[in-house]
Amino acid sequence: MGIEQGELFGLLGPNGAGKTTLISVLSTIVRPTTGHATVCGHDVGRDQDAVRKCIGVVFQDPSLDDELTGEENLDFHGRLYGIDAETRARRIDEVLDLVELIDRRHDLVKTYSGGMRRRLEIARGLLHRPEVLFLDEPTLGLDPQTRRRIWNHILDLKDSYGTTIILTTHYMDEADQLCSRIAIIDHGKIIALDTPEAMKAALGGDLLELGIADPDPEFVKTIRSVPEVAQVSVQEDKLMVTVENGESFIPRLLSYAHDHDAPIGWVSMRKPNLEDVFINLTGREIRDEAIKEPGDRIRIFLRRKNK
Amino acid sequence: MNFIGTVYTLWLRETTRFKRNKSRLIGSMALPLLFLVVLGAGFGGFFRYRGNVSYMEFIGPGIVGMSLLFSSMFGGLSVLWDKQFGFLKEILVAPVSRVGIMAGITLGNVTTSMLKALVFLVALLLTGLVRVDFTGILLAMLFMVLISASFVALGIAFASRMSDPHGFQLIMNFLIMPVFFLSGALFPLEGLPGWLTVLTYLDPLTYGIDGLRFAFGGPHQFSPLMNLVVLVSFLGTTTVVGVALFKRMTA
Ligand SMILES: Nc1ncnc2c1ncn2[C@@H]1O[C@H](COP(=O)(O)OP(=O)(O)O)[C@@H](O)[C@H]1O
Ligand SMILES: [Mg+2]
Repeated sequence: MGIEQGELFGLLGPNGAGKTTLISVLSTIVRPTTGHATVCGHDVGRDQDAVRKCIGVVFQDPSLDDELTGEENLDFHGRLYGIDAETRARRIDEVLDLVELIDRRHDLVKTYSGGMRRRLEIARGLLHRPEVLFLDEPTLGLDPQTRRRIWNHILDLKDSYGTTIILTTHYMDEADQLCSRIAIIDHGKIIALDTPEAMKAALGGDLLELGIADPDPEFVKTIRSVPEVAQVSVQEDKLMVTVENGESFIPRLLSYAHDHDAPIGWVSMRKPNLEDVFINLTGREIRDEAIKEPGDRIRIFLRRKNK
Repeated sequence: MNFIGTVYTLWLRETTRFKRNKSRLIGSMALPLLFLVVLGAGFGGFFRYRGNVSYMEFIGPGIVGMSLLFSSMFGGLSVLWDKQFGFLKEILVAPVSRVGIMAGITLGNVTTSMLKALVFLVALLLTGLVRVDFTGILLAMLFMVLISASFVALGIAFASRMSDPHGFQLIMNFLIMPVFFLSGALFPLEGLPGWLTVLTYLDPLTYGIDGLRFAFGGPHQFSPLMNLVVLVSFLGTTTVVGVALFKRMTA
């Protein structure tokens, strides 16, 4: 697979899918065991220094120095990337402004909230104007309001600098809203790669849900025989129908129901989301595995023990 | 980025953090002070060595060495906390030389260890426990830097292979105590039982402290040149090992 310059590319998958591992390989933190990858034309295994020069990374786990101020963290980074004093000072102002941390610049990072730390890390990732920026779960564990602000910052910087951004997330809506293309990863393998729109369209239309228990098989058969219907699945107390142009299909559906005397309690329609794409691909819900931190650790721990 | 720039950046960070933590400076003085005052007063009455040297005067240089040993070895701890808090990733993903990073961390820790030891040394000078002329000060500083740099590099070598800061603290204590007690910081090297003589001669800190005793014009065992040669070789060894292990470290 390849990622284009200036693209905002999403790696989507449940926890433990291998997103962080992939980022670690691409950012030269971990050497690949098999296969090879190039970033900005340089091999990540052999030409580490050249790769490091052209990337910025916002790691999934915190990576700030708590005992330095926000500004000092940025200054350290700028020096390490060989940015001269004048440019450094100007860019520090600029990125702090972008992530709205100007007024907290002289405070120690240990006094920052989770969202502020994340914003500072994003600002730091931008400071040296990398060609490619990796963002590993940039909004993990943040409240919805902060998430939305970070999304805006990410979109901003794509527009202002034309940076190629590779973002990982296990939030479907995040990938959907932000990314021009996404790869869905599961168990260390890419199982789908396309634009979010195309992925959703591939499901075959809108999702209709009918509240009906034990539907008449004849009724189900009738629905299946409609050419626009892509999929029908019978669940405990409802019927799920994937169909093109759901709006205009509802009246027809109701008339079929009338013909078969099927007692429909309610009807709902929604556009499919990436969650539906994932379920369709894997048969599982992504949420099953997207659990919070402490449990996650235990799970990983158990997995190791079981090996 | 150039090598010097990398070293300076890492050095700047260590010293900035140190400036913020005055309590650490005070805290680091407590143990040496306790040793000096309590042991000095406690054993003072029995101590007869080369005429008129009091026990407190005798252990003064030894305690300076102790302060250096402790703070330098624990320099590796900062690397481990960086691993723990993820900051090491930020450092290692930067396009700079690993040797430069290691050199910067080492110099930063040598600086802070030296400051702690110098505060202590000034206290010794003010109380008249140590008397020294200008060349003596320069020579003492040289020995102090050599002691500090060797043990910082050793600490970083250990830290490169470990991940748990608490485990590191445990191992360091296991290592520091024998190195300190066998160094002749607290007793003269003359007239020891044979086995103890062998052990003291194997301890690199022995030569550092003996060098300090010489610099302060006190009774010493070896020639200063020999002390220098041993210390420089020890520094060379720990640096080579430290660099090799640090280079292979992953965050
Ligand atoms: N391609 C792969 N092949 C084998 N194991 C992998 C692969 N990708 C990831 N893993 C393993 O899966 C585990 C979780 O990976 P991680 O990258 O942390 O997942 P995520 O960031 O998607 O939550 C790690 O222990 C990692 O070693
Ligand atoms: Mg991850």
